[in-house]
Amino acid sequence: MAKIIAGVGTSHIPSVGAAIDNGKTQEDYWKPLFDGYGPARKWMEETKPDVAIIVFNDHASAFSLELIPTFAIGVAPEFQPADEGYGPRQVPVVEGHPALAWHLAENLILDEFDMTIVNEMPVDHGLTVPLSVMCDQPEEWPCKVIPLAVNVVQYPQPTGKRCFDLGKAIAKAVESFDEDLNVVILGTGGMSHQLQGERAGLINADFDKAYLDDLTADVDRLVKIEHTEYMREAGSEGIELVMWLVMRGALSENAKEIYRSYHVPASNTGAGLIILENEK
Amino acid sequence: MSNKDYDDIPGTYVFDGEQNRKGYHLNMFCMSLNKAENREQFAADPEGYLMTFPMTDQQRKAVMDRDWIGMLRLGGNIYYTFKIAIFDGMTMQDAGAAMSHVTVEEFKEMLLGGGRSVEGNRFKSEWEK
Repeated sequence: MAKIIAGVGTSHIPSVGAAIDNGKTQEDYWKPLFDGYGPARKWMEETKPDVAIIVFNDHASAFSLELIPTFAIGVAPEFQPADEGYGPRQVPVVEGHPALAWHLAENLILDEFDMTIVNEMPVDHGLTVPLSVMCDQPEEWPCKVIPLAVNVVQYPQPTGKRCFDLGKAIAKAVESFDEDLNVVILGTGGMSHQLQGERAGLINADFDKAYLDDLTADVDRLVKIEHTEYMREAGSEGIELVMWLVMRGALSENAKEIYRSYHVPASNTGAGLIILENEK
Repeated sequence: MSNKDYDDIPGTYVFDGEQNRKGYHLNMFCMSLNKAENREQFAADPEGYLMTFPMTDQQRKAVMDRDWIGMLRLGGNIYYTFKIAIFDGMTMQDAGAAMSHVTVEEFKEMLLGGGRSVEGNRFKSEWEK
C-alpha cells in the first residue's frame, strides 16, 4: 500500500534556481538561504521517497490564458524543463509515475475533484526549483514526480479550503494504491511577496512566521484565510500559499514539524521551508 | 465604483476577469516570447512583430515604451509582462524598481532591509494621506 509519509512547504523562487545553476550559492547574498536548505537536503537524502507529488503553479509556460485549469495533474512518463524565456534550465528531465498519477486522477474525479488531466506539460521553475532546493544538483532526480498544477495566476484562485480538501482526497487516493510506495507531497510557492505594481517588494515576515507556526498549531485559521487577506497581508503573489494547504491537507491532523528555515530576502520574496512528518 | 473588496489595496493590479478581458492579447504576445524564434522576430522588428497581435495601439505603445505600470493598467499580468523584462535582460528587482518608481539600488536596499512593510501599505486611504 502506498502512503504519504511527509509534507514539505517551500518557496519556488526562480533566482534560487539560477543561483544553484550558476554556482552562486556560497556568495554572501545567497549563503544564509542555502545554509537553511542544508538540513532539508539531508532529510530528503535519508528519507528517500519513491514519489514526490509536487503542488506548484505554472507561470505562463505550459499553460497560458488560452486555457486556465484550476487543478491539473500530470500523468506522463516524463516532463521536460520549460523554456521561460531564457532557454530551459539545465536540470534533469522530470520522471513521472503514470500508474499512480492515473490512479490519483481517477479517484480524485470520482471523489468530486474535477481534475484536468495532462499528458504533455513542460515544467517551469515552479516545479524544478523545489526539486533543486531539496536535492541540489544530482545527475537524475532521486524520485518519481507527479506534478499537480494549481491556478494561482488568474483571480479567483481556488480557496484555501478547497486546496486543503483536495489534499485530504489525495491522501485517501494514495492510500488505496496497491503498491508499497513512500510518497512525500510538496506544497510550493510563496511566502509573502508582491512582484507587481507600485507596491512591489512587499514582504511580511510576521505573516510568514505565523503561517509556518499554524501549519501545526492552528491549521483551521490558515484554511479560512480569504483571497483579499492574502493579497493585502502577504502581497498579491503571496496567495500562492494556498498550495501549501494542499500539502497540509494530505497529512494527518497530528503531523509534526521536524524542520523549518526562513530567510528574507531571496529576490523579492520571504523564503520559507518547512518539513512536516506523519507519525510512523 | 466597484464592489471588489481587493480594489482598496494600493499599488496592486489584481488579475481578475475584467483585467483578463482587457489584456488577453497583450499577455498572449508576452507568452509568445517563450519561443526563441519569436524572440528573434521581436528583436529584429519590434513594431512589426507587435502588429501581428490584435492588441490596442495603447498596449503596443506601452510595450514599446516599457511602461511597466501602463501595461498592468491595460490588462497585463506580471508573469506575462515579465517575459518582456526577461527579453530585455532585466531581473525582477529591475522590474520592481521601475514599477515602484525608485532606483534599482533603492529597491534592492529596501529588500535587504526586510522588504516593503505592510504597515501603511494595506489600504489606498493610507497612501492618500
